[in-house]
Amino acid sequence: MNVALAIDDVRHDAQPRVDEAGPAPKRIVVAYGFWVFLLSDIVMFSALFAAYAVLVRATAGGPTGAQLFNQATVAIETACLLLSSYTCGLMSLAVNAQRRVATYSWALVTFVFGAAFLFLEIREFATMIAEGATPQRSAFLSAFFTLVGCHGLHVSIGLIWLVLMMAQVAVKGFRANVQRRLLCFALFWHALDIIWVGLFTVVYLMGVAP
Amino acid sequence: MTETHYDRAPGDTTPPPELDSEIASPFLVYTTGLVLAVILTATSFWVANTSLLWGPGVALGLAVLAIAQMGVHLVFFLHIGTGADNTNNVLALAFGVLIVILVVGGSMWIMTDLNGAMMRPAELMNPHMQH
Repeated sequence: MNVALAIDDVRHDAQPRVDEAGPAPKRIVVAYGFWVFLLSDIVMFSALFAAYAVLVRATAGGPTGAQLFNQATVAIETACLLLSSYTCGLMSLAVNAQRRVATYSWALVTFVFGAAFLFLEIREFATMIAEGATPQRSAFLSAFFTLVGCHGLHVSIGLIWLVLMMAQVAVKGFRANVQRRLLCFALFWHALDIIWVGLFTVVYLMGVAP
Repeated sequence: MTETHYDRAPGDTTPPPELDSEIASPFLVYTTGLVLAVILTATSFWVANTSLLWGPGVALGLAVLAIAQMGVHLVFFLHIGTGADNTNNVLALAFGVLIVILVVGGSMWIMTDLNGAMMRPAELMNPHMQH
């Protein structure tokens, strides 16, 4: 197969054959590196999960999870984050098709659902702290606020990142490096939803199960 | 060697060009993922609240549902599949899963064991008084 001809023919998003192309294209390398970072982030979360699982009964006579957690709030939070992940996927499709208006619209929907999740979580924390269930109260609550708070922090960083990416799309357009950053953002946002699946199962559902 | 290989980035939505016709549209992939995730989440919440199921089995059922949903997210949202071009991503994921199992499983095993050893004297039997 004639390599020069293949390069002329190739679509902007098509990957050349490995045995003809030499080193992988930059976006493959970037996304792979970011994937490895995400896995290391998940390993860090696993340490927090382990700490929570070990300390969940160490309530020091204070409130337990079953007394504190409100399942309706958790269900709405879960729905917000899941829909946000879905619209983030649709945003990726709009980015691939280089459609600006669709990208902005889906980014806005993603941001609104993410912000709604964060608002509900902060309100939940504020209610708990107002009831005296602060991180200082017991080892269980320290582990709870560290684990759930760390996830909330990641969501906050993701929201800031999303705004920055939309500013970059507005100023720079769909350049190759902007597209790579948007790919990394989508990976980050989907990974956060995976962590939330573990979180609502271990913390909220197993926590209130009899 | 006639077999063709493509590198795939995690999160890649575009199938290799000649497979275009065989693979469902990316929009359909995301929507299928959403529907499956909603079903699994709803089942999780139902399992946690129902009294129809055998109590001690609930935690195990929730764990299975959560792992299934993580799989759905990986396949439909992150596009980590079994395709030949995904090998690097899957290997990295497998290593990550190994570490997660070691950290979580190992911690829980050791700490349960230590708690069991600590709690033989009757006055230390109350786990709620740990700090």
